Amino acid sequence: MNTQLATEARPRIRRSARATAVLSLGPLTAIAGLVWAIVQPHRITLLDPTDQGFWWLVSQPPLYVMLVGVLFHALVAPGVVADLEEAEERDS
Amino acid sequence: MTLALIPPSEHVHWWFATGILIVGLCLVAEAIVGPEVWGRRPWRRYLWPGALFLMGLLMWPVMVFFTNSTLHVIAHGVWAQVGMLAGAAHLGLARGKLVNPAWRLTMPLAFVVSGTAFLIHEQNGALYSRSAFVHHAAGWLLIVGAVFPLLLAYRPRSTAFGLGYAFTVIALAVVIYTTRDVASIFGHLSPEAGVPHR
Repeated sequence: MNTQLATEARPRIRRSARATAVLSLGPLTAIAGLVWAIVQPHRITLLDPTDQGFWWLVSQPPLYVMLVGVLFHALVAPGVVADLEEAEERDS
Repeated sequence: MTLALIPPSEHVHWWFATGILIVGLCLVAEAIVGPEVWGRRPWRRYLWPGALFLMGLLMWPVMVFFTNSTLHVIAHGVWAQVGMLAGAAHLGLARGKLVNPAWRLTMPLAFVVSGTAFLIHEQNGALYSRSAFVHHAAGWLLIVGAVFPLLLAYRPRSTAFGLGYAFTVIALAVVIYTTRDVASIFGHLSPEAGVPHR
């Protein structure tokens, strides 16, 4: 057995309240869109696409809200949190 | 599936609400982390002013294709102008081309002028229809909410003012998402408004 290959334990990252708040913005927005879709399923015309006009198939407002949440979480929040943690580390 | 070239007006409202929601989320994040951290990556500095400028620009075709009275034309033209002005001013501040912090006052100006345009161009009472209520709610929200960008212009690092400003913008997105061409509001719909649908 080669003990040189022992897995290194990763330190658990403790995020600040501000970082957690930024990371929760996207999921909260997506959940708001999901709740809207559940409350008003007729807004998701893809669930019943027959006899729908082109624009009614394009416009799915609860999906827009979910998409904004997902995109914000994937594209904006990680960079903001990385910069915030770097600034917090520098200040401490 | 039928293909009409011009989308129903409520869809256009939802697209703008989506743009406003994007701006609102960016403003919440900026208020939480502070302007210095938010501005660390150049593209991020231009994100919401650019989105605002783009929405102002896109308001022009909306003015051309979706208005049916002089008052509507003027209101949409005013939104286009103040949206572009505030967006461009904040783009200039982000780039460093504009250095006078007074340019930040373009945002409360845009709020007050837009809110006034909402209220003036809606000629029916708030419970006439959903659309009428949306205009009244959006108008007063912007006029009262203008206090946040105004205070933020003088104290740009204030988290409380920043969050108030950001949540005013998000509330505006929510209000605009409730727009329907013809629908009731709290159980009220004037018979003159037309037949409700969806």
